[in-house]
Amino acid sequence: MRYLPLSSDDRAEMLDKIGVKEIDDLFVDVPPHALLKGLLDLPLHMTEMEVEQNFEAFAAKNVSAGSGPFFVGAGAYRHYVPSSVDYQLQRGEFLTAYTPYQPEISQGTLQTLYEFQTQVAQITGMDVANASMYDGSTACGEAALMARRITRKNKVIVSGNLHPQYIDVVKNATKHTDGIVIVSETTVNKPENLLDQVDADTSCVIVQYPDFFGNINDYTALADALHEQKKILVIVTTEIVALGAIKSPGEMGADIVVGEGQSIGNGLNYGGPYVGLFATRQKYVRQLPGRLCGETTDADGKRGYVLTLSTREQHIRREKATSNICTNAGLCTLAFTIHMTLLGEVGYRQMAKINHAGAVKLAGKLKEVDGVELLNSTFFNEFTVRLNKNAAEVVEALVEHDVIAGLPVSRLYPNNPDFANDLIIAVTETTSEDDMDILVSELNEVLSC
Amino acid sequence: MLNNQGRPTGVDGAKNVGSATGFATYTGSRGLSQVEGLIYEIGDVKRTGVDFPEVEDFESCLGGMERKEEIGLVGLSEPETMRHYTRLSRKNYAIDLGLYPLGSCTMKHNPRINEKVARIPGLSDVHPLQPISTTQGALDLIDTLAHWLKTLTGMPAVAMSPKAGAHGELCGLMAIRAALEAKGDARSIVLAPESAHGTNPATAALCGYKVKPIPATADGRVDLAAMKEALGPDVAAIMVTNPNTCGLFEREIIEIADAVHAIGGYFYCDGANFNAIVGKVRPGDLGVDAMHINLHKTFSTPHGGGGPGAGPVVLSEALAPYAPIPYVLAGEESFELVEHDVVGGKSFGRMTAFHGQMGMCIRALAYMMSHGADGLAKIAEDSVLNANYVLASLKDVMSASYDGPCMHEALFDDRFLKDTGVSTLDFSKAMIDEGYHPMTMYFPLVVHGAMLIEPTESESKGSVDQFIGMMRHLVKAAKEGETERFLGAPYNAPLKRLDETAAARNPILRWRKTEEE
Repeated sequence: MRYLPLSSDDRAEMLDKIGVKEIDDLFVDVPPHALLKGLLDLPLHMTEMEVEQNFEAFAAKNVSAGSGPFFVGAGAYRHYVPSSVDYQLQRGEFLTAYTPYQPEISQGTLQTLYEFQTQVAQITGMDVANASMYDGSTACGEAALMARRITRKNKVIVSGNLHPQYIDVVKNATKHTDGIVIVSETTVNKPENLLDQVDADTSCVIVQYPDFFGNINDYTALADALHEQKKILVIVTTEIVALGAIKSPGEMGADIVVGEGQSIGNGLNYGGPYVGLFATRQKYVRQLPGRLCGETTDADGKRGYVLTLSTREQHIRREKATSNICTNAGLCTLAFTIHMTLLGEVGYRQMAKINHAGAVKLAGKLKEVDGVELLNSTFFNEFTVRLNKNAAEVVEALVEHDVIAGLPVSRLYPNNPDFANDLIIAVTETTSEDDMDILVSELNEVLSC
Repeated sequence: MLNNQGRPTGVDGAKNVGSATGFATYTGSRGLSQVEGLIYEIGDVKRTGVDFPEVEDFESCLGGMERKEEIGLVGLSEPETMRHYTRLSRKNYAIDLGLYPLGSCTMKHNPRINEKVARIPGLSDVHPLQPISTTQGALDLIDTLAHWLKTLTGMPAVAMSPKAGAHGELCGLMAIRAALEAKGDARSIVLAPESAHGTNPATAALCGYKVKPIPATADGRVDLAAMKEALGPDVAAIMVTNPNTCGLFEREIIEIADAVHAIGGYFYCDGANFNAIVGKVRPGDLGVDAMHINLHKTFSTPHGGGGPGAGPVVLSEALAPYAPIPYVLAGEESFELVEHDVVGGKSFGRMTAFHGQMGMCIRALAYMMSHGADGLAKIAEDSVLNANYVLASLKDVMSASYDGPCMHEALFDDRFLKDTGVSTLDFSKAMIDEGYHPMTMYFPLVVHGAMLIEPTESESKGSVDQFIGMMRHLVKAAKEGETERFLGAPYNAPLKRLDETAAARNPILRWRKTEEE
């Protein structure tokens, strides 16, 4: 077996040194009936080539997003990632390193995390960011828990226009610690009155920006009103590229900002691994969940980085920890940081501009199609249209023509007939004008018959 | 040199001395040991490493929400970016560089075929919400991995969406809680041994349970009598790591399971150490109700400097109905993805958006297929053999906490360092000077100054022999009073010992243009 270096001679010699006759003598503590005598009913080992062929076969049964016009977003976005990002990720020194608990021989990972934390704080307009969470949705659950710790109140008010799967994660994350989650009504484009739902027991309000349907709302007034009542405002951004074009959550007065960072540096990967961004105000640092990297000096006075404030974390604080999380999104943060470094402010803003311009262009073209109504008055790179037919059926029909037209809202809201004809469409820099024209002509055809 | 915050930078501070040659260098670098500043000290806000097309004028739909102020992000050109991160990478220890003996972490070889197949566009460039008819290969893959995991553990069901080990623990405990609540009996206590990973009590707390610790016996195992004493009608579950964090198989595992089942509770097994028994023992035969599997440990998905992980959870018949959404159903002709609980369904809810760590599932399955049923059992055998060989070769000079045989990791404590003036920390840092990453230190908490060594099956006999030789050499030095070698260690790393206390006292968590903190 190519991964196992011990030879049978080695094994015999080592057993001899240990002082036992055979390998199963080392498994004496296993209850005898539980020690398997033969092999399990699974395939035997394969050559590297055979393994690859198996995966090519799996891949052949999928339609990859890049194989035709593609318009799905809704929390995961297809962007172009420069080649040098993946080259760095595959360097063994990054790929095969452990969590940087021994800082003297982990400065590569640590300094990168420090750069990552700085970039995330800048993008979100916040004071500090942690070294990442599993993804945007779990980070959102952690934000609700953190707001409850800060305010010592149980209730969480959630915008109905937060990504529905994020809503489910928040409910699940808080339900066993007396959490009460109130979800406001979901409407594609009517203003929500979240403040009316805030009461004495409320810890925070969670909103998405741009929201699930693509609308861009100014939450400055909401932030001010919440702060007057000593409540926390959590702003969630699932398309982090947007913040290259629109006002940062920090500018609007957010107390906690949660983001899905997948768009920068990371592929679609059928949903994971992604990178959860988590930023807050300086005054709440000690309530942060997850890893934090901080600056310090070594014995010679040279600058270096370490994991810090670990008394918040489970390996020290156990049941009193701020979270049970034990990892971050390591390599995905590295990808984020390298891609963001390549972009810089200039590139990030230009990328955002191209995304927005593309969406504006496609929205303009779709307005000309009979049977398509644009529901958004504001959007970044994603918007919602109402068709004159069932959106899921239209999407399936277009799959036959190698076009993946967007996300039918009914996939995530199967029991709400109001959304049956609604389709969320995303455009990125990977969407060409040809792609748009194909979508338009396909929709013209399918909606007119 | 000081940076523009007035702090000593990676470009040498006050003490640019102490190398073998003794003289200060202009750059602070020494040969291939190169210093590297932050991107914020190298780049600027006008520079970029990406070319984009110009955009024709258009009417914005941002509703007057344009971001006007400078963000402050700095950019680097592509060659600068490559050099910056390549230089940084060289300041990391890695499995590719040497034996990585972190106990309980299972730092084994990461095969590159796993990376290659994870990047096939038909797998990597697939959106989690594109039509299910266009993702049949992805669902087939998840279902295939589920089959391997169920077969290897002897369990009837598996939840595939948890994103890491601790997330898997939460999934398992939530399933347990849901099953108990369905009987109208939520209960309030979870038992966990003192030697448990910190995630166990932290997870139990998040699930609304109070944690009651169970002491260990003198031979490093769960104290069955004490555990039975602690059992009662209010105990929801016991969380036991097996093999445990002392590197020992819980001999009375069946009795533990039976006892917790007898009071109507569930047995959660922390599967962090599954590597020692994969293909040799099925947790399902031990009475386990739920167990997470760290794909990044046993099944070799890269640790990546701290993630991403993946933590599928196998479940017993009793817990399976409560598994989280989404899950995959294999039909006659195609696979179905269930994203919403069926009417009257029992699923406890959703743990994450989308469907879990697909990229990690791909790598883990590639690893399993490479080994097959025959190779997987060999993993367990060789990892246990290597650990016992380390134990047998060091126990005459170091203090082994428990007699062997151990499983895949060997636990020592600091009794052998008594009166040397050298601590476990000092000893660990001296290992860095020898070119090794230290073993896990000060964990588990049940022995003093713990040193937990897990060589894994990836190491050749020659590699393990050299490690043993190095350890014996250091033990001898400590006992002979060469304390300076230890107290100032590491001397040969990119940096000397870092001041973690100062970092926590005055946290500086980001770069800023001017001194604002």
